[in-house]
Amino acid sequence: MGSTAVEKIISRSAGRSVQVGEFVEVPVDFAYFHDGTGPLIVDALAKMGVEKIIDPDRVGIVFDHSVPPFNDQAATLQAKVRKFARAQGISRFHDLGEGICHQVIPEKGYVSPGTIVIGADSHSCTLGCFGLFSSGVGATDLAYILATGGTWLKVPETLKVECMGALKGKVSSKDLILEIVKMVGTDGATYKALEFCGEAVRQMSQSSRMTMSNMAVEMGAKTGFMEADSKTFEFLGRTGPVFRTDSPVETMAVDAGSLDPKVACPGSVANVKSVSEVEGTPIDQAFLGSCTNGRYEDLFEAAKIIKGKKVHRDTRFIVIAASKAIQLEAQRNGLMDIFQEAGAIIGVTGCGPCLGVHMGVLGENEVCVSTSNRNFIGRMGHPKSLVYLASAQTVAASAAEGKITDPRRFA
Amino acid sequence: MLKGRVWKFGDDVDTDVIIPAKYLRSVDQTIWPKHVLEGLDPSFSSRVKPGDIIVAGKNFGCGSSREQAALAIKWAGVAAVVAESFARIFFRNAINNGLPLVECRGVSKAVEEGEVIEVDLDRSEVRTKKETLRSVPLPPFLQEIVNSGGLVEYYKAKKKVH
Repeated sequence: MGSTAVEKIISRSAGRSVQVGEFVEVPVDFAYFHDGTGPLIVDALAKMGVEKIIDPDRVGIVFDHSVPPFNDQAATLQAKVRKFARAQGISRFHDLGEGICHQVIPEKGYVSPGTIVIGADSHSCTLGCFGLFSSGVGATDLAYILATGGTWLKVPETLKVECMGALKGKVSSKDLILEIVKMVGTDGATYKALEFCGEAVRQMSQSSRMTMSNMAVEMGAKTGFMEADSKTFEFLGRTGPVFRTDSPVETMAVDAGSLDPKVACPGSVANVKSVSEVEGTPIDQAFLGSCTNGRYEDLFEAAKIIKGKKVHRDTRFIVIAASKAIQLEAQRNGLMDIFQEAGAIIGVTGCGPCLGVHMGVLGENEVCVSTSNRNFIGRMGHPKSLVYLASAQTVAASAAEGKITDPRRFA
Repeated sequence: MLKGRVWKFGDDVDTDVIIPAKYLRSVDQTIWPKHVLEGLDPSFSSRVKPGDIIVAGKNFGCGSSREQAALAIKWAGVAAVVAESFARIFFRNAINNGLPLVECRGVSKAVEEGEVIEVDLDRSEVRTKKETLRSVPLPPFLQEIVNSGGLVEYYKAKKKVH
């Protein structure tokens, strides 16, 4: 009969065999949050009457949303969370300038395959690609974990997506996941665990895998699971039990080998078209960064395209690394020089303009092509601004041309 | 039993249109209900009355984990949100904060903007002027959290440690 990888992980944590559809209360191995959700977590703990959290060594905090704070209110709220972190003795606290939580937590090796990880951010599903169960919750749920060490879960069904063939040329895992969002829809995986597998997933880097799992929530999923392998262990600097799905589950297939570059058009992440269908759409801003595509390989691929060229005069190109470690590596290897010489603006590591509050907020009727994960109405600024989501390669090519451009046009 | 005037919204109402991120970084939490659903209807917050009911399509509350989305709706006086389906993080946030959510297939077609409907949480029914629809009852485990008055109160009553 067998069971799914996610069932096995939850069973391990629960200390008994659990099945799909069951409500369980389970210990959480690691919980994390950021400066955006932190203030309400601190408030909820105060309302609960919790003076000491249960285990400060199973908690990570990364300030990434307002880096540095863009107004006095953001600064005041950060100070509240900073004070909390110090009072609770949370050593895995990363203040401003360390990077985005979903990047920093695995980079520091705080999580292990086979465990349950919960983050107070919807993109906590990203960490599922490390062979673990990771999901996002709100502030009160996270406070409950800090107070008790556990949370409640409904054991999710698994929807497997088999990615056949290997990605080719300037087609990346972002194009692949956009194609999958188009197939599954914005709610096609609600309450389910997505599991990405197949040749394309096995062959791609751990960073490319993170891009895919990151967008699981855009289909309503609880997590974006992938089996752990040697690349996973190398990234984390640690190993852990490898869990595999060995029961029959709903499966869909996508041919990664025949994909062309994709773009999610404004208003819905599932509004996915080939770049060739919208090529030539003028843009005001191009953004390379975020927890979806701010990793070294993204900067590297984008730099290859923009090297020796100039950002189009009608476009601003904003480049933000997903962590300080990435930023430093990119600096050492000359990538930041390439971007700046081309006319790009380098921002401080963090979430940047993705959430529409600073560092590249869009004005009325402005158009942005972005490597981030959401293109909802008003997401990056004015309600009448428009966001196209694409790969690092497509964003770099578009920045050079001042319009949405197929990166395959560049050598 | 809740009885209230309906405000209708479509599918995929995301948390960015419920409460844009630019309002989240505020020490003054009372501003959130003043901007609720501004992304879809800038006049909503000034016209919504205590006890009104939101009726929406599928995947209500998709997007970010911001709990302010559930709080803004609740603090604006909305008595309940009835939708074809809910995104899971929003669903948890609403349960945890005592905002009643009712999953009810067919509701978006059965209900008109401005009509008064009855939402019977005990009997899992939504009664419109034309018909009575069955809604999905909350699992007993979640009903216990709701009955406690939210997750904070549930914790205070149980104080379980894992």
